[in-house]
Amino acid sequence: MIEVDIQKKLFSAQGEFTLELKMNIEKGEFISLFGQSGAGKTTLLRCLAGLEKPDSGSIKVNGERWFDGKTAFMLPARHRRAGYMFQDYALFPNMTVRGNLEFALQPGAGKQRVAELIELMGLGELQQRKPDTLSGGQKQRVALARALAAEPKLLLLDEPFSALDHAIRVRLQDEVMRMQRHFDLTTVMVSHDISEVYKLSQRVMVIEQGSIAKQGTPAEVFKSGQASGKFSFAGEVLDIETADVVFAVTLLVGNQVVRVIATPDEVKNLKQGDRVMLMSKAFNPVLVSVAS
Amino acid sequence: MGYDLQPLFLTFRLAAVTTLILCLIGIPFAYWMAFTKVRIKPVLEALVSMPLVLPPSVLGFYLLLAFSPQSAFGHFVETYIGLKLAFSFAGLVVASVIFSFPFMVHPVQSGFQTLPRSLTEAACTLGKSRWQTFARVLLPNIKPSLLAGVVLSFAHTIGEFGVVMMIGGNLPGETKVAAIAIYDEVESLNYDAANFYALVLFSVCFIILLTVYLLNRKMLMRVG
Repeated sequence: MIEVDIQKKLFSAQGEFTLELKMNIEKGEFISLFGQSGAGKTTLLRCLAGLEKPDSGSIKVNGERWFDGKTAFMLPARHRRAGYMFQDYALFPNMTVRGNLEFALQPGAGKQRVAELIELMGLGELQQRKPDTLSGGQKQRVALARALAAEPKLLLLDEPFSALDHAIRVRLQDEVMRMQRHFDLTTVMVSHDISEVYKLSQRVMVIEQGSIAKQGTPAEVFKSGQASGKFSFAGEVLDIETADVVFAVTLLVGNQVVRVIATPDEVKNLKQGDRVMLMSKAFNPVLVSVAS
Repeated sequence: MGYDLQPLFLTFRLAAVTTLILCLIGIPFAYWMAFTKVRIKPVLEALVSMPLVLPPSVLGFYLLLAFSPQSAFGHFVETYIGLKLAFSFAGLVVASVIFSFPFMVHPVQSGFQTLPRSLTEAACTLGKSRWQTFARVLLPNIKPSLLAGVVLSFAHTIGEFGVVMMIGGNLPGETKVAAIAIYDEVESLNYDAANFYALVLFSVCFIILLTVYLLNRKMLMRVG
């Protein structure tokens, strides 16, 4: 079990705020940290890994002290055995895929673990290749395998799928899930993709301005708050025309141009270029699959 | 050809010894400089770069004072280490190391600094010690910078003149390097001999630099 209770001052584009988090993570649990960029998710992950130092508080893992603000004790990252998957993968360019995995082995560990991981992750064909010659998805798999080769007690994933296209993303999510169950690994993932959080995690913590705004199972967190039976999109007014007694407003929503009907009241204060919210009740939606 | 080859041998021996010593102290120093947060870092950076801008005679003059057996430093080195620094090969090596220091430190330091920080951090989270990270992750990934440092130090030591002139004098077999020999021959109007030394230095330096640029292009192409 991991007990976290830390404080750290952060400086973001929106100004200064304090990261103040208190949480317990059970063994084998998959937790997602969800929220806007700059809310402090990655900082928490880095504090867990030992790459950054909280200002005060404590981190305890299975009763072992990893950080203690009172005695200014911090267990160095290299003694924590926390597998960290970096956003840029951080594969060592001078080593082959197999070399990267072997480098990660702990002293005394047999090479069969590398062979097992290469087999499990389907890296057989790539094992003699250098990281520079791999695609994003392949690098990702190697990075995951490398983190696992070090026999981590805790797996930390920093937006692991953000740079990948949809099909590969789904496949790798399955892979992460499989590995997490296979090794019964306590895992903390930073993400701002709802579908990914929904699919992978048992518990979500929504982090806003450095503190936990909401937490629970993905269903609890996302259905109660955001699934409100209403659609809403942010858009920009391109054009306003009169059509008999109503108005037709042309909007840019995302990169789609849509035309909607509006009442004279609604357009009274609108002009071209205004930012608007477009909302609709969800009682009559049309769902069409766009299977890739 | 009846030219005396000794100045050439001496030049290359000096360059080789200097480069070797610079590898041993310059690379760890560059590593430290790349990641340290000490307050006096700008001061150290300025000191390291001084040989780039100072006239060699300034450095040579101070080294000459320091090396003289009458100075505390020179006296200490002579009595306790048994090395005579003024007008000796050992003195030339010390001076060359100082003089070529920025040529080793600058490329290597910037090599370390341009490596993504996540590489060091990744090695850290995998439980690797600082030394393992340095030797197996950082050094192998800055090979072009290391090559540049080694070659520039070597070539720069070959091209040294002013400092050697100030502290080495012109002792055949001890401190008379090729650059000095050229000056010497010209003074005695032996243009043929001067031309011989000059041509050798010119060709060697050109070949060394050309090799580096060719190798670097190859390395870059492999990465790209």
